[in-house]
Amino acid sequence: MKNLSTAAVALALGSLVPLPAVAQSLVAGFASEPSSVDPLYHNLGPNNATRKHMFESLVGEDANLGIVPELAESWSTSEDGLTWTFKLREGVKFHDGGDFTSRDFLYTACRIPNVPNSPSSMAGFIKSAETITAPDAMTIQVTTASPYPLLLTDFASFGVISASANGHDGPVEYTAEGCPGIDGYLDSNAYNDGSATIGTGPYKFVSFTPGESIVMERFDGYWGGAPYWEQITIRPITNEGARVAALLAGDVDVIEKPPVQDLERLRSDPKVNVVQGASSRVIYLHFDHAGEPSPGIEGTDGKNPMKDVRVRRAISLAIDRGLIVDRIMGGLAVPARQLVPDFMRGTDPEIGLETADAEAAKALLAEAGYPDGFKLVLGTPNDRYINDAQIAQAVAQMLTRVGIETEVDAMTASVFFSRRNNYEFSLYLAGWGASGAGMASPLRALVASQNKDKGLGGTNRGRYSNPELDAVIEEALATVEPEKHDALLRQASRIVVEDMGILPLHYEVTPWALRAGLTMDPRADQHTVLTTVRPE
Amino acid sequence: MLAYLFRRVGQALVVMGVMATIVFFGLYTVGNPVDLLINPEDDLAAQEAAMARLGLDKPIHVQFGYFLSGLAQGDLGTSFVHNRPAIELILSRLPATLELAILAMTLAVLIGVPLGMYAGLRPNSAGAKLIMAGSVVGFSTPNFWQGLMLIMLFAVFWGVLPAGGRGDTVDVLGVPVSFLTLDGLSHMILPALNLAIYKMSLVIRLARAGTAEVALQDYVKYARARGLSPTRVVGVHVLKNILIPVVTVLGLETGNVIAFAVVTETVFAWPGIGKLLIDSIGLLDRPVVVAYLMLTVFLFVMINLVVDIGYSLLDPRVRIRGGGK
Repeated sequence: MKNLSTAAVALALGSLVPLPAVAQSLVAGFASEPSSVDPLYHNLGPNNATRKHMFESLVGEDANLGIVPELAESWSTSEDGLTWTFKLREGVKFHDGGDFTSRDFLYTACRIPNVPNSPSSMAGFIKSAETITAPDAMTIQVTTASPYPLLLTDFASFGVISASANGHDGPVEYTAEGCPGIDGYLDSNAYNDGSATIGTGPYKFVSFTPGESIVMERFDGYWGGAPYWEQITIRPITNEGARVAALLAGDVDVIEKPPVQDLERLRSDPKVNVVQGASSRVIYLHFDHAGEPSPGIEGTDGKNPMKDVRVRRAISLAIDRGLIVDRIMGGLAVPARQLVPDFMRGTDPEIGLETADAEAAKALLAEAGYPDGFKLVLGTPNDRYINDAQIAQAVAQMLTRVGIETEVDAMTASVFFSRRNNYEFSLYLAGWGASGAGMASPLRALVASQNKDKGLGGTNRGRYSNPELDAVIEEALATVEPEKHDALLRQASRIVVEDMGILPLHYEVTPWALRAGLTMDPRADQHTVLTTVRPE
Repeated sequence: MLAYLFRRVGQALVVMGVMATIVFFGLYTVGNPVDLLINPEDDLAAQEAAMARLGLDKPIHVQFGYFLSGLAQGDLGTSFVHNRPAIELILSRLPATLELAILAMTLAVLIGVPLGMYAGLRPNSAGAKLIMAGSVVGFSTPNFWQGLMLIMLFAVFWGVLPAGGRGDTVDVLGVPVSFLTLDGLSHMILPALNLAIYKMSLVIRLARAGTAEVALQDYVKYARARGLSPTRVVGVHVLKNILIPVVTVLGLETGNVIAFAVVTETVFAWPGIGKLLIDSIGLLDRPVVVAYLMLTVFLFVMINLVVDIGYSLLDPRVRIRGGGK
């Protein structure tokens, strides 16, 4: 009788295990959830990664963030660099069977600045376009007020929606002030319930249950050929331990951001395949170049030592980046000297890495007038970047060794960003993921002087200001010709390294973990795009 | 009785108002939501535009004024992140948490009360000592560790239960519930167990203490002397008299489980309101946090009201006092 009841219990428990209902279905565990499936609602990492499954952009970014044709097959620029002409791909269908034409791109551009209640609008991506016209159904022409080399990167950053699916069947005319003839725009809720979620991507929308799952299914009419998976389910599992457990239990087939401390174990597990790839995300330290006195510094009689380039160089020499990569990041990082890694445009191959030299650092500090060092508070978030707080602690120890007594002030991301934007730190740790624009991306946001009208220095909370650098950056941002543009970027990078306006520590290497037998292409923008997941 | 009810509801409204004020100003001092919502690649002009769009560029007392006027019309604000009314967002996630809470409390009572009573009736037996030791472990173990251990044991090593998430749901009166499907139940067991273990430990200790005291009372001895069956003595006379402290604690804990099952919901990726709360706090989504905490206050007050009414049913000596004599 005992055996029978045991068997009955085992049978009952066994029947509770969910069986895969659909062959070739993929379940992925994500670290965070998009705020909406509306591709134009919120310019946020998870939203952009998810939209790449269902919506495509005019030009795409490949795994190394190089620009590739997507909805536009080819493009050309005029002599003066002010007019861009895009030839659209023929035969592209939307998920509802409609044809993709230039009208849909115009409608997308119309909707972008008008998405109701958008927390972070994508309007920045089309603001450089003075006019957008469609000479015919398969051509788009864009003019800019002044030469703007980053137009392709901007256009790669948003997905194209269907005008008809949004309720507009008539012709579309784009003007920067607003598109005539369009009564109103659907808000993100119409996308979340699926009624307007019609794109051209390889997968089409099935359902979005916030907090639970996003389900997509294969789109057989995709122009690039029907994709491999019949169904993809994205499940947000924010707790990293639970995410790994879900992979090990077989509940999910692929997870993003496995915790670094578990990677050794996962790599040696025959049931798991770990894939990793270089990313464009640089972890850097930014100095307070403006405070007098600086808020977190003591022992200098009110002077701000960060303004002295010798002090900054000393700090850079004191930090052993290789040690941080080995011990803190578990090898999952690449030491950095410039703001973007070498596979991206604008890096100067002549600039080598720096070797740590504590003695030289002490000598520089003495030369700058701080033989006994000073006290410093290093601000850092503790839940935003991989091992951010631990990196800060290592940096603090290294700085203390050369005489700069450093204390770490770690806090949650929400508090950190608010305090940083209030200029409360003398030295802070942060990260920057460069877009396909390469070096131009961190240059204009992190080290260009803050200038609201020119749109420069938006995240330059160290208030670094170097007029020579600004001139080069502005010239680069106005040079369309790729060779000249890249040369100017390299020149700017050299100035940044010379003047040590900012201190890059390392570039993150992004890990993904899949069940054995599957592999995927890692992306430099750290987006988990499941379209490349395939059997090995 | 009606006057009593009205007074209690009135008290609830006052506490809700105080709570809303405290949370509103408290969140304001933490930081600016725009810093978290906006893409870092956006320039300063875009950041300011985002602030203006969300109404965050106005001074805090003006923002509070808008909030109060919205409140008067029954509008608790729209989430900054999700672009849905905060109340609708919370109510859409509430059924998931409620079914988890109900299952957890049921498990706690059904397992905790009999175990506690056994330990109280036979205090020197090996079983009783084991139960009490177990209860100490149960309420000392940190919730997140316990949850991860349950996942490791049942999902990874034995592979009999899923590692998290919500299973298949069935719509009942338009509300998706998961306890009506086998797949849904299998997803519910582990998080409910995780929640229940702590409550169970409390209930065991309370039931044991109550039973040990009541079992020595004269009326129990009298009932035994009269020849009543042990089942009736224990099941009716002892049980009813130990229930008042148990009901009190259960009332408080039910409120806790519904409003603050944050850790369990995060570890098990259960799409309930606790997870919504922690995510919203992290993103400084102020309308959702304020609405959530006001709802929580209301919930606690209502639960305590039910507990008080329950007293009068359990203990005939307690009568609900009306407004006067």
